[in-house]
Amino acid sequence: MRGDQGFPVRLRFAKRGKVRFISHRDVARAFERAFRIERLPLAFTVGFVPRPKVSFGLALSVGHESDAEYLDVELEDAVDLDRWPDTLSAALPEGITVTGAVGLADRAPALQEAVTAVQYRVGVAGADRGEVAVAVEQALSRPTLGTTRTRKGREVVEDVRPALLGMEVRPVHDRDDDGRVVVDLEVSTQPKGTRPTEILAAVGEHLTAERVLRTHQWIERAGARLEPLEADARLRVPEARAS
Amino acid sequence: MSNLWPAVEPLLARVQKPARYIGMERGAQAPEHRSDRVSWLLVYPDTYEIGLPNQGLQILYEILNERGDAVAERSYAPWVDMEGELRGAGVPLFSVDTHRHAGRFDVLAFNLSAELVYTNVLNCIDLAGVPVRAEHRRPEDPIVVAGGHCAFNPEPMADFVDAFVIGEGEEVVGEMTEVISAWKRSGRTSREGVLRELAGVPGVYVPAMYEVEYDGPLVREVRPRFADVPARVDKRTVADLADWPYPKNQLVPLVEVVHDRLNVEIFRGCTRGCRFCQAGMITRPVRERPDEQVRTMVREGLRRTGYDEVALTSLSSADFSGVDGLVADLVNKQEGTGCVGLSLPSLRVDAFTVGIASEIQKVRRTGLTFAPEGGTWRIRQVINKLITEEDLYAAVDGAYSQGWRRVKLYFLTGLPTEMDEDTLGIAELARNVVKVGRQYTKHASCTVSLGGFVPKPHTPFQWFGQNGIAELHRKVGLVRTALRKSGAQLRWHDPEATFAEGIASRGDRRIGRVIEHVWREGGTFQEWSERFSVDRWQDAMAACGLDAEWYVTRHRTADEVLPWDHIAAGLHRDFLWQDWQASLQAHGLPDCRWTPCYDCGVCTDYALEHVVASPVAPAGGSQGTGQDLSQGGDMPVEFLTHPSTRPDAATGASERDKQVGAHAG
Repeated sequence: MRGDQGFPVRLRFAKRGKVRFISHRDVARAFERAFRIERLPLAFTVGFVPRPKVSFGLALSVGHESDAEYLDVELEDAVDLDRWPDTLSAALPEGITVTGAVGLADRAPALQEAVTAVQYRVGVAGADRGEVAVAVEQALSRPTLGTTRTRKGREVVEDVRPALLGMEVRPVHDRDDDGRVVVDLEVSTQPKGTRPTEILAAVGEHLTAERVLRTHQWIERAGARLEPLEADARLRVPEARAS
Repeated sequence: MSNLWPAVEPLLARVQKPARYIGMERGAQAPEHRSDRVSWLLVYPDTYEIGLPNQGLQILYEILNERGDAVAERSYAPWVDMEGELRGAGVPLFSVDTHRHAGRFDVLAFNLSAELVYTNVLNCIDLAGVPVRAEHRRPEDPIVVAGGHCAFNPEPMADFVDAFVIGEGEEVVGEMTEVISAWKRSGRTSREGVLRELAGVPGVYVPAMYEVEYDGPLVREVRPRFADVPARVDKRTVADLADWPYPKNQLVPLVEVVHDRLNVEIFRGCTRGCRFCQAGMITRPVRERPDEQVRTMVREGLRRTGYDEVALTSLSSADFSGVDGLVADLVNKQEGTGCVGLSLPSLRVDAFTVGIASEIQKVRRTGLTFAPEGGTWRIRQVINKLITEEDLYAAVDGAYSQGWRRVKLYFLTGLPTEMDEDTLGIAELARNVVKVGRQYTKHASCTVSLGGFVPKPHTPFQWFGQNGIAELHRKVGLVRTALRKSGAQLRWHDPEATFAEGIASRGDRRIGRVIEHVWREGGTFQEWSERFSVDRWQDAMAACGLDAEWYVTRHRTADEVLPWDHIAAGLHRDFLWQDWQASLQAHGLPDCRWTPCYDCGVCTDYALEHVVASPVAPAGGSQGTGQDLSQGGDMPVEFLTHPSTRPDAATGASERDKQVGAHAG
């Protein structure tokens, strides 16, 4: 998002609970309504149908939760970013909570291109902890990991191994609420995204990702791994509550 | 377990559009259930996306939750995939607000907006774990209530519904709550007792309190079983909308739904008198909301919801007194970003309308919709939709000349006295509309939407024999052939679905078994074409020993007892019959808002009056109301084909109502 005239801002938000069943598009519409409810001075596109200048990051699958969603929005006037997280959260559906806001540096690259990896915490069903650990170890040691996808009505086998950056079974005491084995998973988003459910299926046919939480998104730059709020901040702003 | 969410949640990963089942809309309530409160579950028997915006349901949701002695939650028909998951997992229908078991509510209240949802009502009752037939219910089961326009012929659903509300629900839901509350306090013993009490509430029809006597295939009489049960149930009507500024907190869904915008009802009722239009007949008289209240509801509603579009809803929004000033102010004086869109979903066909539409749609002039309904002036006189060709051509000329590129025209076919020249007139109008458009842009397009006419109770056409399936197919074919290479596209409603609608529209109590049969054979979501099969309905009629043609295509006679004669919308039967006879003479009737009363019966019987801010017709209202074409550009003279048929301004005729209209945003 370019900051030629306006004030670009990057928000981080969480999507937790029942609201995880709404789509990426629905989240975008909820933010647009929240911006209007709070009368934020949005910058609009010029054209027949003026639209607010908002751009969202990587889509999150319907049903998955997240503590690390981001969006960039351009404002016409500077606002007090300290108040933003609480104000916006109140106007958003329950479960969508804004946890940070920073002013963006000029000409910061778009979220979609900048983010290189995402991390998930997955509640796995279909095997006990020992079996999952073995399957993970084997998967990481293999040069390729085939998974079947349906593309344009045809079944094709794709290799998801290049997208799998890391996978680790959490200690026993880290079981999720329903007592499932928990796995941390890091997935590359370039050149295209891969779903955690697809990785799990490739790791073991019988394994299913029952509960998925996106915990981080990362921007890799000059060898360093940066959190998107830090990566392109114009000025540091103390973060509001992190849920 | 009062909260079923833990049981519902795992199912959601396996269904389409899981957000249909989570609630959480802005404006949703989580009321506290208590033994001294009557709990209502308001169920819309169609998908969430269709049902969520329903204003009637939202109004009652708020009114009930404001009461100390009631709580209300909502539910919608689960789609086929979710129904399968629920049945597979043994999970009942639930409310979306607090995910409470539907069968644990005191009242299950359904909105009957169309006949083809009837099988969904049975399915929802069954999914709630409640016996579908009223006679099998026990004292601990909920009381099943139904309201909405289709309740004006309650008989086809009489086997399944304990109590119907006839007319507007704002006041009567409170009175029903009091009766049911007393029953709960008394230990909820006799179901018959509470139903008999409910039968005494004005506007409430309890079918179990009435016996139907037949005379061969005909109904001889629908008779109360007890002396204290009224022989006739009159509709309820709120006298003044100013007292009911609801919904105050319109629900804002998280997913896209139909009519996804702020909706503000600007008036109720319509006296244009279109003879096919049940809504116009049963919602009389006209009651306008005060202009200032409309503005307040728009301002506060936009502020609260975050919507960027508002619709001013009614059966004919351009008829609202002072609509031009209201529209101009709303468009030009919006606070904030100035990006607020406005739509008037039901508009007349005339240049005044296009003038308003151009005020609203300053940019992105994509499509405008008009509903002439009939293809010739003669048939439009028959149906009392008195739009002249000049009106139509002026409107479309105005539209195309001001930048619109698509015009959509709604027509009905299978109307009384319709001849092939009337049907073919539809194609001729459409061809001429394309010619008008091509003067301005070679991209001009015109879509004709053709629906088969289903006669409705409490209208002058309630005696008319509907066209059969073959005849409607033939008429659609006529228009289709005549539109070849015209540049106009044709869409039509499935004549087979029209036939099934006809069975239920004017059915009697015997049709209940047919509805149950269709439901048991898996016939849910019948208004969804991919789920509809007329064979199910034909088979069900045959299985019940009933003749579908007798119900659908037969003309009724003057002396026939109609199955809904004991339900009153206030319209005198004599008035309707005379209007039916007048229609056969192609004789129009003016709008009584701006002409002397011709005693349809509603105002006089119910001591009501029109509530209109202005005693004069709106500017530009055509046909005897002073047509003003100045805002729409000049009329293309070559299309003034029948100057002699313009109605005389003095005797004038009305023009119309429920325009599916110019949607601007």
